[in-house]
Amino acid sequence: MSILVDKNTKVICQGFTGSQGTFHSEQAIEYGTKMVGGVTPGKGGQVHLDLPVFNTVQEAFDETGADASVIYVPAAFCKDSILEAANSGIKLIVCITEGIPTLDMLVAKEKCDQLGVQLIGPNCPGVITPGECKIGIMPGHIHLPGKVGIVSRSGTLTYEAVKQTTDHGFGQSSCVGIGGDPIPGSNFIDILSLFEADAQTEAIVMIGEIGGTAEEEAAAYIKANVSKPVVAYIAGVTAPPGKRMGHAGAIISGGKGTADEKFAALQDAGVKTVRSLAEIGNGLSEITGW
Amino acid sequence: MNLHEYQAKQLFAEYGLPVSEGIAVDTASDAAAAARKIGGSKWVVKAQVHAGGRGKAGGVKLVDTPEEAEAFAEQWLGKQMVTYQTDAGGQPVSKILVETCTDIAQELYLGAVVDRSSRRVVFMASVEGGVEIEKVAAETPEKILKAAIDPLTGAQPYQARDLAFRLGLKGVQVKQFTNLFLGLAKLFHDMDLALLEINPLVITDEGNLHCLDGKINIDGNAMYRQPKLREMHDPSQDDEREAQAAEWELNYVALDGNIGCMVNGAGLAMGTMDIVQLHGGSPANFLDVGGGATKERVTEAFKIILSDENVAAVLVNIFGGIVRCDLIAEGVIGAVNEVGVEVPVVVRLEGNNAELGRKVLEKSGLNIIAATSLSDAAEKVVTAAGGAQ
Repeated sequence: MSILVDKNTKVICQGFTGSQGTFHSEQAIEYGTKMVGGVTPGKGGQVHLDLPVFNTVQEAFDETGADASVIYVPAAFCKDSILEAANSGIKLIVCITEGIPTLDMLVAKEKCDQLGVQLIGPNCPGVITPGECKIGIMPGHIHLPGKVGIVSRSGTLTYEAVKQTTDHGFGQSSCVGIGGDPIPGSNFIDILSLFEADAQTEAIVMIGEIGGTAEEEAAAYIKANVSKPVVAYIAGVTAPPGKRMGHAGAIISGGKGTADEKFAALQDAGVKTVRSLAEIGNGLSEITGW
Repeated sequence: MNLHEYQAKQLFAEYGLPVSEGIAVDTASDAAAAARKIGGSKWVVKAQVHAGGRGKAGGVKLVDTPEEAEAFAEQWLGKQMVTYQTDAGGQPVSKILVETCTDIAQELYLGAVVDRSSRRVVFMASVEGGVEIEKVAAETPEKILKAAIDPLTGAQPYQARDLAFRLGLKGVQVKQFTNLFLGLAKLFHDMDLALLEINPLVITDEGNLHCLDGKINIDGNAMYRQPKLREMHDPSQDDEREAQAAEWELNYVALDGNIGCMVNGAGLAMGTMDIVQLHGGSPANFLDVGGGATKERVTEAFKIILSDENVAAVLVNIFGGIVRCDLIAEGVIGAVNEVGVEVPVVVRLEGNNAELGRKVLEKSGLNIIAATSLSDAAEKVVTAAGGAQ
């Protein structure tokens, strides 16, 4: 077991023949991901990386029965790409691209919710189930199949957590980078609920950042719904309060959003919090007895 | 990106929203001329900076003569304004807005922001407008009325009417508020705003709604499709080093400490600052070199970090996902040679080709301290910078 993806997940790539799409699809194939094709409008019928290229996602989905699509197209075109995939019948979309306008994401996310499509990202490293399926830009070799579920808002911080759980020999069930954008396709709660239900996942690492209230909301969710041990780290204790314009941001967040408030909310939910990034692995040992 | 008040009001006017007649000037004599051109016997003069809290800082004044307007402009132009929303250095004043004076019967609050939790653009309105609005929100949240905009349908008139009636508006004010609300929603959508605020939105003595202030923040990701807004950018409001860094697609924020940090990824950069502080050190900056760190960018990053004379040691922390650590190592060596780095440099490389990267650094013969882990790196750089504080 694992979450979201496994060795049977059939994956297509949007932006397949571009430099990013090509490089990361090659890496994914090498890792063992079941890539079944890709989409580049106007290049339908060609063969790229020994796989068929389609003009539309609908065609790709109909021909390959893909379960998931990974998006590497430039930010200006991502709303269109997400909506195209969401309307094709594909049930999992992983959008790696950074820099997508927030108002585009409000529409894309709303539509994905209506269609029952799970969107991961944007601005994220992707999703991996070690040894089975890698969708995204994370370095495959630092992962180890195992029992820790990792969910994170930050790419490189995810890698730190992965390395520590690999070095300790715990390994990972699945790792999900939900991305650092204001409007992520999936939030901590979406992924925590999947890890809670996944038999392979015995403990969870959650990595947050300052800003927004996603960690506080996750803390409340964990308190009520998560029985598995959780270790959390929040980056940004030393980050300075930024220059501000007006009051609207402060009013909507209700004074939440600092690292200290997030740590406090998570501790109150029974989560083991670590103040040092280097202590994630040790924190897991401490609460699980591993 | 932020806009000045006078720019926000220009946009409001284009969307048919009620704003005062005003002229933005950049010399003192023009301030007097602007007052004469607008006419009347009373004017409001407002220093233009990208921050709130200007009134309390003396940046807003009611004047009775064009000469007073000139004196106010003379006093502020070229100066730094410090408010509770700026840093200690404040923001430079390069423009003064001269406006007609409005008689105020009541001050309301109206703002809109992208709310991450509900994943909606949310409008907020309150009868308790003015400078204490955050206190109102914290202590009596029920006094902040909200309307969430469905991203698929956009703002609807019924939402405006609902807010208007709950605000206690009457008669023609309800229609005025509806126009205002729909106009602002359209502006928010058309211009890719992240934040919009009118505080105060006033009811005049004649009973009409009027936008007395305007704050606008634009989504940086959308600037590529907002050419008109790009032209409104005022670089004088940006930190010089941050702007220089941005040219190289480096994300840099200056801090007060003495340990320079160069990291890939914003999250890891914050995590690195945190671990430096946890070991008794004090970070001099936040710097994210991004995913595609090249030798040139690493060199530029060093230059920016070292332009801060407080820096006593530099910590380079790279987790190579896609980027190869041996290339980063060569970049560090190139930068140390080219820039002439005289402070100790501690380097921690992990991930893709990390072992090779460490060997490259070792062979260079330069005074680069290799760290074996994140904690080790933090300890070594704190020691190199003169020990825990």
